[in-house]
Amino acid sequence: MSLPRFGPHDDPGPNFAALLRLSRAGSDTNPLAAADHPRAAPMEIPHGTTCVAVRYDSGVVLAGDRRATAGHLISNHRIEKVFPADRHSGVAIAGAAGPSAEMVRLFQLQLEHYEKVEGTPISLEGKANQLGQMVRANLPAAMQGLVVVPIFAGFDTAASRGRIFEYDVTGGRYEERDHAATGSGSLHADTVVKLGFRPSMTRTAATDLVLDALFVASDADSATGGPDPVRDVFPVVAVIDADGYQRLDDSELRRRTERLLRRHRSRREADGGGKS
Amino acid sequence: MTMPFYAPPEQVMKDKADYARKGIARGRSLVAFRYGGGIAIVAENTSSTLRKVSEIYDRIAFAGVGRYNEFDQLRIAGVRHADLKGFAFSREDVDARSLANAYAQSLGQVFTHEVKPMEVEILVAEIGLDDDGRGDQLFHILYDGTVVDEDDWVVLGGETEEISERFEEALPDAPRGLAGGVRAAVAALAGPDRTLSADSLETAVLDRANGRRAFRRLTDEEVATILDA
Repeated sequence: MSLPRFGPHDDPGPNFAALLRLSRAGSDTNPLAAADHPRAAPMEIPHGTTCVAVRYDSGVVLAGDRRATAGHLISNHRIEKVFPADRHSGVAIAGAAGPSAEMVRLFQLQLEHYEKVEGTPISLEGKANQLGQMVRANLPAAMQGLVVVPIFAGFDTAASRGRIFEYDVTGGRYEERDHAATGSGSLHADTVVKLGFRPSMTRTAATDLVLDALFVASDADSATGGPDPVRDVFPVVAVIDADGYQRLDDSELRRRTERLLRRHRSRREADGGGKS
Repeated sequence: MTMPFYAPPEQVMKDKADYARKGIARGRSLVAFRYGGGIAIVAENTSSTLRKVSEIYDRIAFAGVGRYNEFDQLRIAGVRHADLKGFAFSREDVDARSLANAYAQSLGQVFTHEVKPMEVEILVAEIGLDDDGRGDQLFHILYDGTVVDEDDWVVLGGETEEISERFEEALPDAPRGLAGGVRAAVAALAGPDRTLSADSLETAVLDRANGRRAFRRLTDEEVATILDA
């Protein structure tokens, strides 16, 4: 591989996606080129589903379930849909698993590439816009069924607060004030979050709320996986605050999930053991 | 029709090399050395925005002396090279040796084929995966594409002989700490007649304890604390 050098007129600047297009190395690895295929085969490909984000007093919580489905089959019990984007932000993705993972990889790289070339990180708003452009670039593939719909959440170091951004298939970017959900179980998850949300929640309360939301979503949506204490599978939960992105470890999630299940059980018993 | 004057190739190369060396000597120098926790780079630089030392990849740093616009161009090309390679293959496939070769090729090409050689000397430093520092590498690349694989420490820029002498004398034996190395580097860069303060220095480390992205800049306060000790 020789050193990629450009003249002043074709220099891609700090944009990694543009660099990828210009470099020959990228022509066969560029994920955005997937849109060139005129017809997607009508096959079942793995899809990831429900993700939620909730703002709390000093940051945001981002969570996603662990199930990937291909048609009526569960193709993966342990897939991860929540990723760090950089030190102070994270992205959660619902949609076709392959393109989603590729988009996350490109997005992470884009943020780091910009930071290294320019010597300073992109603003949180700038990062949100970058992701919007990537979703937009995926639109032709989305029309063929390879939909990717992310949530972007981060701690805005300039404004000193957590912020959440939602997207639609066309790359439309919408900032949400307090919470967001995406994926097939998002309707149920979002309802739980909406009912349980309080302004200035603590981190613990927000974590319990997203776990509850994913649990309820898994109850109603076949494509969303519930917590599985037998196989030790719990949702991926990340908190992002002034100290940065931090993924909660499984022991904490196991404890919280068990408490959540006990709460649901005692609620049922209080109702006289009727249908929940 | 006029014939161009004949100039023997030896003369042409010598003139170009002299020109490049003169340009490099005009700038301020830098010192890089290995210490217990990684690799440190200390540069004399009065600007706090135009950087001489920067991050290329997870475990790779870049430093340049000479003409700012030329080595900055090389720095960006290096970031692109590394990020493209890491994206096409994997993060662990990005290494300093291949980057140093790419730089050497590019500098050699410019030196022989273009009228003006680049007036730069660059350093590509990489820390290895082992905690004992066995995989650490320092590649020193000259204006004509010559690559030197340095062992323990290196001086780039003008007056390298004097600075090297002073540095070798002041440098604590390995395994050395960061603070001792930085003090030796600053004393060597300053020479007997000057003292350098933290705000005219640019210091960065590739720190094994820093996680995936090992590169970290030391703040002026941190450097001042080291120098005052």
